[in-house]
Amino acid sequence: MGALGPNEWAAITLSLRVSLVAVICALPFAIAIAYVLARKQFVGRQLLNVVVHLPLVMPPVVTGYLLLVIFGAQGPAGRILDQWFGITLGFRWTGAALAAAVMAFPLMVRAIRLGFEAIDPGLEDAAATLGATRWRIYATVTLPLALPGIFAGVVLGFAKALGEFGATITFVAAIPGQTQTIPSAIYGLLQVPNSGAAVVSLVVVSIILAMGALLLSEVLAQRMARKVGR
Amino acid sequence: MLQICVQKQMGEFSLDAQFDAPAGVTAIFGKSGSGKTTLINAIAGLVQPDAGRIAVDDRVLFDQSARVNVPVAGRRVGYVFQDARLFPHLDVQRNLTYGGNHNAAQVIDMLGLGSLLGRRPAGLSGGERQRVALGRALMCDPQILLMDEPLAALDAPRKAEILPYVERLRDRTRVPIIYVSHDVSEVARLATTLVVLDAGRVAVAGPVGHVLSRPEVVPFLGTRAAGAVIETRVAGRLLDDDLTELQFSGGRLLMPGYLGEIGQKLRLRIPAQDVILARTAPTGISALNVLPVTITDIVPGRGPGVAVGLRAGDDQLLARITRRSLGRMELAVGMQVFAIIKATAVGPEDIGS
Repeated sequence: MGALGPNEWAAITLSLRVSLVAVICALPFAIAIAYVLARKQFVGRQLLNVVVHLPLVMPPVVTGYLLLVIFGAQGPAGRILDQWFGITLGFRWTGAALAAAVMAFPLMVRAIRLGFEAIDPGLEDAAATLGATRWRIYATVTLPLALPGIFAGVVLGFAKALGEFGATITFVAAIPGQTQTIPSAIYGLLQVPNSGAAVVSLVVVSIILAMGALLLSEVLAQRMARKVGR
Repeated sequence: MLQICVQKQMGEFSLDAQFDAPAGVTAIFGKSGSGKTTLINAIAGLVQPDAGRIAVDDRVLFDQSARVNVPVAGRRVGYVFQDARLFPHLDVQRNLTYGGNHNAAQVIDMLGLGSLLGRRPAGLSGGERQRVALGRALMCDPQILLMDEPLAALDAPRKAEILPYVERLRDRTRVPIIYVSHDVSEVARLATTLVVLDAGRVAVAGPVGHVLSRPEVVPFLGTRAAGAVIETRVAGRLLDDDLTELQFSGGRLLMPGYLGEIGQKLRLRIPAQDVILARTAPTGISALNVLPVTITDIVPGRGPGVAVGLRAGDDQLLARITRRSLGRMELAVGMQVFAIIKATAVGPEDIGS
């Protein structure tokens, strides 16, 4: 891996950090929305479903543009975050994390929702007859049984966040060391002559990360499946 | 005492049932779709009735007019589901104690769960699962125990494995048990009170012996399931012939095999289709049991059969004969006849303690 210069290493560590933060921050919301979509009937359920899935079907550039308009320095949400909480998202790694989270969100919700839908509601009824409150049922029956789905959502979301390109580059550009993730680094290197070796190295790293994530998820999924007795 | 009055409309089906369940086992019997499960889900609070009142002793669980509706978790009902519903991610020990650990040691001992504690539900047999489910329900110290066809998914040997546990439970605890079933020998063996549900309405209700021996109940039970239940006492043993002599108010009965110590009480179900009637005391027949009885009712069925109610001592028996035989023998209410019961007609599933 001699072809990995400081810029490339920065891109790799940045990508890992961005993806991790994106998935961790998105997870509670993804679990909540997946649960609501799987279990509750209410007015506007379909609308919520559509909104959640929008980033999956819109061109990523459009998502990136919308993020820029809303969360950029001049955007309404961006201004509030900046003035009240001192958080700047535009052209920062935090912005890259937001873009990755938004793009990964639909995939996470889908996987987690399947996890919730696979649970027999009869088990929750059984827990209720045993005197468990709604929160206790959620914490001791629903959530543990949804773990395989939640885990699948995390792996999918992480993989998606690692590969995110369009929305990220539109929202936060590709500033080396700041917002340049692996995909945008590869893209940038491709514009420069004689950078083939660095490109190949980053491509190899991407493949290793992807395979590692898949392998880990397989192992953990099997262990979990055994635990819930499936 | 559990008092139930429930009305519930569910699409085309309507449930409108009212009855009392005293201590002991109250069996809810009915065909599938008769509303049994809806009824017990209403008691558990899993289904909310449109109207009615449900109370255990003085504690009101549901009362539409008083706007009382205790949530499921606060009702203290133990519910044993047909499919056990053990938590797959918890081992037996943690399943058992999920709702509490009231009388834990006794429950584990009574249900023979000691060797299962470390196992996971996926590795248990159907019978073991139901025992764990029963134990789990008992450990939360329920005020009523609801059992929804807990044996329906099991084969005959597994049923035979669990029934003694339920009998023990009935005899040892004071908790009223509501036991949903569509198996009449289970009902005859376990129940103290029987409620027959038909299309969402209570068709008949009362002490199990009375209800099962009433000829007008035959159509609800199905002709094969009909049969009187009598309480007997072991009176003697005929060792040479390997028979047990049972005493009841209507006389003595000989049944094959060893059925218990002398003096032990036995509950016996005599299937109506295995009772033969004769106008004169028969001679030269192989059947061992011939009882003098009085005809109390004659109820024609929908088909070629007729249900005949018989009084033997203080007990009621039930015979099912053809309409043709009834006419030929010129049977009528009040007539003295003889009931012939083949000793082998009563199977082991029909004898309980």
